[in-house]
Amino acid sequence: MSEGHSTYTPKTGLGRWFDARMPLPRLVYDSFVAYPVPRNLNYAWTFGGILSIMLVAQILTGIVLAMHYTADTNLAFGSVEKIMRDVNSGWLLRYMHSNGASFFFVAVYIHIFRGLYYGSYKAPRELLWILGCIIYLLMMATGFMGYVLPWGQMSFWGATVITGFFSAIPLVGDWIQQLLLGGFAVDNPTLNRFFALHYLLPFMIAGVVVLHIWALHVVGQSNPTGIEVKSKTDTVAFTPYATIKDAFGMIVFLFFFAYFVFYLPNYLGHPDNYIVANPLKTPAHIVPEWYFLPFYAILRAITFNVGPINSKLGGVLCMFGAIVMLFLVPWLDTSKVRSAVYRPWYKLFFWLFVADAILLGWLGSQPAEGSYVFMAQMATLFYFAFFLIALPVLGLIETPRRLPNSITEAVLEKNKGGSGHPAGATAAPETKG
Amino acid sequence: MSATDTQDPNRRDFLYVATGMAAVVGAGAFAWPFIDQMRPDASTLALASVEVDVASLTPGMSLIVKWRGKPVVVRNRTEQEMKDGEAVKLADLKDPIARNANLPADAPATDANRTTPGKEAWMVMVQVCTHLGCIPLGQEGDFGGWFCPCHGSQYDTAGRIRKGPAPENMAVPVFKFISDTKILIG
Repeated sequence: MSEGHSTYTPKTGLGRWFDARMPLPRLVYDSFVAYPVPRNLNYAWTFGGILSIMLVAQILTGIVLAMHYTADTNLAFGSVEKIMRDVNSGWLLRYMHSNGASFFFVAVYIHIFRGLYYGSYKAPRELLWILGCIIYLLMMATGFMGYVLPWGQMSFWGATVITGFFSAIPLVGDWIQQLLLGGFAVDNPTLNRFFALHYLLPFMIAGVVVLHIWALHVVGQSNPTGIEVKSKTDTVAFTPYATIKDAFGMIVFLFFFAYFVFYLPNYLGHPDNYIVANPLKTPAHIVPEWYFLPFYAILRAITFNVGPINSKLGGVLCMFGAIVMLFLVPWLDTSKVRSAVYRPWYKLFFWLFVADAILLGWLGSQPAEGSYVFMAQMATLFYFAFFLIALPVLGLIETPRRLPNSITEAVLEKNKGGSGHPAGATAAPETKG
Repeated sequence: MSATDTQDPNRRDFLYVATGMAAVVGAGAFAWPFIDQMRPDASTLALASVEVDVASLTPGMSLIVKWRGKPVVVRNRTEQEMKDGEAVKLADLKDPIARNANLPADAPATDANRTTPGKEAWMVMVQVCTHLGCIPLGQEGDFGGWFCPCHGSQYDTAGRIRKGPAPENMAVPVFKFISDTKILIG
């Protein structure tokens, strides 16, 4: 489904004039109107579109908030309260931005798990997957720095803990940490540079998103069967089919988003962040934003030295290693079958992995003591075992179910019983895979 | 020979390599100020020495002063705390090095080496957990010293790491008693 066979024909004189000079309308038409998508995409495939509008919403609300925010340790906390109380509609914009970050991560986690379930990372989509991993990394950096800006207690201590990771690096660690902080502790220089970078990174994300979509449009979308598109009957046009489906997905997603913005605006935050940062007092219980909790649990699970690697460096290595695993997935999975639909054992391990990730998230929110530490160690072990043992080994020993010959065949098989659709009716592209 | 030298390597190869190297050095020189500006600036580096009056501290009391943006604890330890600190064998320590800026870098972490001669009751220490920089709570935890609420590191009465993820004993900064009741930190 590579580009090149453009069916765009400009209808007006102005359209033809434009097309001969800069064929932007042609690019849009080929990418979002005539672009063929597999006919069996389910609602898990609407999260790419949802992520796009969340990025746009975050950039818009963020730019407006920056007009009222002051990046100075003496003024930052007050300026955020001013946004909440004095700025017209400021409370709404800030709640949209802070909850928007959370929902951005909700969507990206569903998007990633969808990719893992349906094997979307397999050849020829490795680069597409890696570009997605880079976007995820940039999102984490952006989210972390954004959380520092209100200069509350969690802002300050979250920043202290996370920049502390870098001091674990042997020899140059302290130098790098001071380079990041601009001092010996989190202070005004840190707040200033985090604000500058928090403004910059979303645009870098937008740039990588362009590459992500470009790579997607070269190799085409995967689909719930994991079988490549073979003929024209396997696909439908992006518009209206995918457009309408994506739009409906967005509306439902925004419904949940709006519920949080208007009825639970602080549910995903931490009350300690409404206390101004105090460098001399650590809150009793530091927790990062919820979307970092699984990694935080992995960090804290390493309480023992391993040879020359002390517990601190070990924890940091495991935490970053947990993200590196995602980058390696295309080469760790040895199975020739993409979709978990046809892989009974992988399906089981996938859901165990989802449960493990949620368990790690919960453990990350609990204090690091007693049986929680042991549970976190076991859950960390399973996390790495899923990538390093289950993915390579299952591909070799598992007997997959019989694959349909084509997407069309899979769709027709599903429609045979009950629904009463005539076989071959192409008017049912919404069929779930 | 003509203007075109065909020997290998010829003059042109040399010019290519020299131009390339000049470009690399130039790019490095251009990049450096962008990295350099991120380092702690002059006002941050200005060595802020802090003078602390400790006359009011009776045994069992502590005070915290801010030094280089970090809290430094000054504690007048009780007899029991000193005894507990001295009773610890070096072999039981996770980090056997004193981490005392007033002593050689390899001094062992005995109770005496964590303090200053003649003033063994006084702990002066950067009260920042060596794990990820939280502020431990004083006189808590299994060892009667410090307990870090973030990730559960436990320090003894001489600020030495005993349990949990922190790798090192808490740092003792450069300090001295300038009189019986005054300490100069830094």
